[in-house]
Amino acid sequence: MATVGSADSPPPLGARASRPHSPTLPSPASGGGRGGGGETPALPEEEAGERATPRLAIATATSRAFTLVGCLLIVALIGLPLIASRSLLQDLVFIFYMLTLAQFWNLLAGYVGLVSVGQQTFVGLGGYLLFALTVMVGLDPLLAILLAGTIAAVLAIPTAFVVFRLQGAYFAVGTWVMAEVYRLVFAQVKELGGGTGTSLPPAVTNSITGIDWIRRVLDLRTPAARDVLTYWIALAIAAGSTLAIYMVLRSRRGLALAAIRDSTAAAQSVGIDIFRAKLWIYVLAAAGTGMTGALIYLQKARISPDAAFSVLDWTAYVIFIVVIGGLGTLEGPIIGVMVFYLMQTYLAGFGSWYLILLGVLAIATMLFAPKGIWGHFSQRFGIVLFPVQRRISTLSKLADDAQRTSS
Amino acid sequence: MMIGWIDTVIQGVLLGGLYALFAAGLSLIFGIMRLVNLAHGDLIVLAAFVILAAARALGLDAFTATAVALPLMFAAGYALQFLVLNRTLGTDILPPLLVTFGLSIIVQNSLLEMFSADSQRLSAGAIETASIPLGGVLAVGVMPLVTFVSAIAVILLLNALFYSTALGRAFRATSDDADIAQLMGIETRRVFAMAMAVAMVVVTIAALYLGMRATFDPTIGPARLLYAFEAVIIGGLGSLWGTLAGGVIIGVAQTVGANINPEWQILAGHLAFLAVLMLRPRGLFPRTAD
Repeated sequence: MATVGSADSPPPLGARASRPHSPTLPSPASGGGRGGGGETPALPEEEAGERATPRLAIATATSRAFTLVGCLLIVALIGLPLIASRSLLQDLVFIFYMLTLAQFWNLLAGYVGLVSVGQQTFVGLGGYLLFALTVMVGLDPLLAILLAGTIAAVLAIPTAFVVFRLQGAYFAVGTWVMAEVYRLVFAQVKELGGGTGTSLPPAVTNSITGIDWIRRVLDLRTPAARDVLTYWIALAIAAGSTLAIYMVLRSRRGLALAAIRDSTAAAQSVGIDIFRAKLWIYVLAAAGTGMTGALIYLQKARISPDAAFSVLDWTAYVIFIVVIGGLGTLEGPIIGVMVFYLMQTYLAGFGSWYLILLGVLAIATMLFAPKGIWGHFSQRFGIVLFPVQRRISTLSKLADDAQRTSS
Repeated sequence: MMIGWIDTVIQGVLLGGLYALFAAGLSLIFGIMRLVNLAHGDLIVLAAFVILAAARALGLDAFTATAVALPLMFAAGYALQFLVLNRTLGTDILPPLLVTFGLSIIVQNSLLEMFSADSQRLSAGAIETASIPLGGVLAVGVMPLVTFVSAIAVILLLNALFYSTALGRAFRATSDDADIAQLMGIETRRVFAMAMAVAMVVVTIAALYLGMRATFDPTIGPARLLYAFEAVIIGGLGSLWGTLAGGVIIGVAQTVGANINPEWQILAGHLAFLAVLMLRPRGLFPRTAD
């Protein structure tokens, strides 16, 4: 289990049980963490030895090892443009932005129960804001990406006040309506190409801060230098988002989110402001998704309302990635995006059949393996790379043993 | 000028009948099993293609072809619920949403594969262009009028089914509390399957009018889902007459918007929905508590 408590809902009373039985979990671990009541700030790094005095711990031996591997991987990825081809870099940019979108959708659906089918709202907003800020205001694209994320977050607040009036499944359709509203409004903005869309002039795409430097240092032509820069931005956004979400989940607020997910009523009864917690996550996801949208359309350099607010490209694929990989875990979207990339590379040529296959796979996963690839792997082998579950260290060995025997 | 506006509003009200037909099936499903079917719009389009295929293969007119399509869609709805969707129901809202979202993509792309992206139309003969003069320059088309009357008839029949039959009693009991209904000897899985089957009958009727009034292609499903959803929310959950009122509000907003600027038609409908949501979050005629 990667998270505090059980990811499964309490077993239904009647015969409508649909999800597989929740595994027997070592309850001392999760119960102990929450039973602590208030907040012990996340311990920086727990000392190795087990003491007699119980202490709260989040990290595990595996996760500490992974931290090192993860850092090395990031360094390797930063250095990759030195040896990699342009097409590989472009593919990785695609992987990075889909991963970022998936992490934020996962944060909404997997942690606070906000199932949105309207995240294309913020991809489209980010993309259009990038165009508006660079073409109409004349800002540097890098600055425009940051600002696009900020403005998307600000616009998420009034949007939230509308869609938060709808509960559960109706929230999902409400977010879709909002995406349509934004799409239709941007189709009316003639300065940004109206319904047919517009392109970024080369003057903008070739003038991003840093391109000249990359050209000189790596001895590349401008288009290649632009790809390298886009790659680094995408890597920074993907790694930064994953890390930021992880920090949020490990924090005091993250504990509140896990409590809300496990039982809204119980969370409310211990004083968690549900509305504010959900609003803050919705706004955070909008900021991240908006920045990613700006990056996507900096790379594409061409935007139209139908593409920028596409439910298929920016929500359906993203949901597929999260569901296949494992909902409610940070590792899941990473696995999911790789599966999706492979399918996209080898099967996208089949057009409609490819999409039918994606739909069937997502439904089959939801019905028969709702934890996704990572969820089942993690449960089977007890491996967690991004732990957020609080364990009492003197009990942790017991809990680990219990987990191993139970699975 | 004034006459023009009256005409616009009449067209909008009649268009609302079509949206109420879209919405009735959605409302039925949600009312009985709290399932929001994201594939609802695509199932309407699927039904339209089934009617089209039946009409072509058997050389029938649209109305007779619908009679052929109805039992097929009834059976498809029963099977869909019994074999797939029943497995998703529970306290977690995610599985039904994601499974119906996946279903939406499957239906859309299967139709694209079978019928291509070409626009299609169901032919209804002379009735398509017939109109009834209302005095002066005003006139209403027979087709929109028949659609509206059908919407009222469907709602009357659904209410009769709900309140005067054993199946309706099972529907209501399951809607109130599925667990207790089960204890009382109602097999909820079959009740849910029957509910989806009945909803598919309504969907097929909606598809007939969708296909006769305008062209359709495999990709227009999601937009129909959104109109249906808006009508349900505006009307208030659980009230079929409220759903009709909701459909009428969306319809009038769309025709009025289109009258001001043709590009604003769809947007005006969505904005009317948002306005109602802000002013009356539980809809105009709320019935069920959630």
